[in-house]
Amino acid sequence: MHRFANPTRFVRLAGRVQPWAAALALLCLGAGLYFALFSSPPDYQQGETVRIMYVHVPAAWMAMFCYVVMAAASASSLIWRHRVADLAAKATAPVGAAFTLLALVTGSLWGKPMWGTWWVWDARLTSVLILFFLYLGYIALQNAFDDPARGARAAAILAVVGVINVPIIKFSVDWWNTLHQPASLTRLDGPAIHSSMLTPLLLMALGYTALYVWLAIIRMRAELAETKIRAIRYRQASGTAPAPQES
Amino acid sequence: MEAIQSFLNMGGYAAFVWPAYGATALVLAGLSAMSVVRMRANERALAELRGADDEEDA
Amino acid sequence: MRGFTDTLRRELRLALRQGGDSLLVVMFFVLVVVLFPLGAGPEPGILSRIGAGIIWISALLAAMLSMDRLYQSDFEDGSLELLVLSPAPLEIVVLAKAAAHWLTTGLPLIVASPLLGLLLNLEAEGIGVMLVSLTLGTPALSLVGAIAAALVLGARRGGVLISLLILPLFIPILIFGVGAVDAALLELTYRPQLMVLGALLLLAAALSPWAAAAAVRQAVA
Repeated sequence: MHRFANPTRFVRLAGRVQPWAAALALLCLGAGLYFALFSSPPDYQQGETVRIMYVHVPAAWMAMFCYVVMAAASASSLIWRHRVADLAAKATAPVGAAFTLLALVTGSLWGKPMWGTWWVWDARLTSVLILFFLYLGYIALQNAFDDPARGARAAAILAVVGVINVPIIKFSVDWWNTLHQPASLTRLDGPAIHSSMLTPLLLMALGYTALYVWLAIIRMRAELAETKIRAIRYRQASGTAPAPQES
Repeated sequence: MEAIQSFLNMGGYAAFVWPAYGATALVLAGLSAMSVVRMRANERALAELRGADDEEDA
Repeated sequence: MRGFTDTLRRELRLALRQGGDSLLVVMFFVLVVVLFPLGAGPEPGILSRIGAGIIWISALLAAMLSMDRLYQSDFEDGSLELLVLSPAPLEIVVLAKAAAHWLTTGLPLIVASPLLGLLLNLEAEGIGVMLVSLTLGTPALSLVGAIAAALVLGARRGGVLISLLILPLFIPILIFGVGAVDAALLELTYRPQLMVLGALLLLAAALSPWAAAAAVRQAVA
């Protein structure tokens, strides 16, 4: 892992992985959409609404996955001061937030015909909503400082604190929900998953993951270029004027 | 024709299924486009800066 | 140990000398609780049903608003850097600061809460359990808050930012705090909720000093 901590080596590796990730994402999402919309049967209970599952469930998986990746990257940036880990955490946060938002929106669109209301305080939906706020807090903290390095350090600590708290929050929300169980809900994962439904589900999940890898590489490259620009500008400025005080 | 119509109708749930797919497409495409635009802009700006300042780069 | 008592004494002396801060926090707490009957209607049935939730949420907000007292003035006048450099372990110093925060804000809230329970028509059994749940829960709020307050030092719009960071982390404490009171009002067993609250407090006491100390170090670095 330490081998990839070097930004130059990262750029070389990223350049090689990037087109493959893009191709895999397009391929899986294309095939997944075909299976999801054309070649999978409607559910006998939920009818055609079950097709929402193919965009909803993988988005919810990615929401969790991205948070764990973000926290792991933050931890390694705190422990080993890896610059690439810092970049990875920063690049993952908006992608994870986007998947979390999608899980909420598509869940709501699925809930309306199934439950008759746009929102139910179901344990899972509530946990995902809280996860969304954790992402927003992380992104807001990262951008709250004039010194981007300070923002990265503070956000890294927050991500590690957050990932310790996620299971506790999940546990407490589950507990809270068993007390206030709303009358007879069809759970969103209700129907036993048939293989004709598993194929599009797994394809979409793989496609989302490949898309995430591609997006993370793109965003890390953007971030890397930005820090280099800042370093050059700083050097130019300090070449003509006295260097600003390091805080 | 009828097949297309019934496909678009989604068993009466078109108002839920298509917005879900639409929102997914919109958010993911938007995020990708923004990321690519930002990467290109930054890398171009970096190349210009490096061209301007001939000393060794960062 | 010296580091703990010294810091605690210093913090308490400062709070006493500035005075009034604890009173302001309690006034805020009371005012928020009073707003609920005005907003949700004064029917005693509704109020006693949601009273525990009202009091707990108001306590969360009051604890959150007072969080900037933990380090802000020390950060501004530079004494925070001295605390980081001092031989006493920073984890202990941070723990003492959280303890002082609880003594000056959490404790007054607990003292004021039975009166608010009466205003909201809570039964005596519920008020008793609420006192215990607040006693177990508010120190955990101070401990978790000590992390977030250090993270936002020097940030733009730190006051608003801290609410975004802190409130999601407060959710488990809120759920079990209110759950204990609700169980008592329904004449069910409330021991498990209180025990979970106690576990959360122990967990926060064990882990948050490390995180808060790391957060303070990166703030003054």
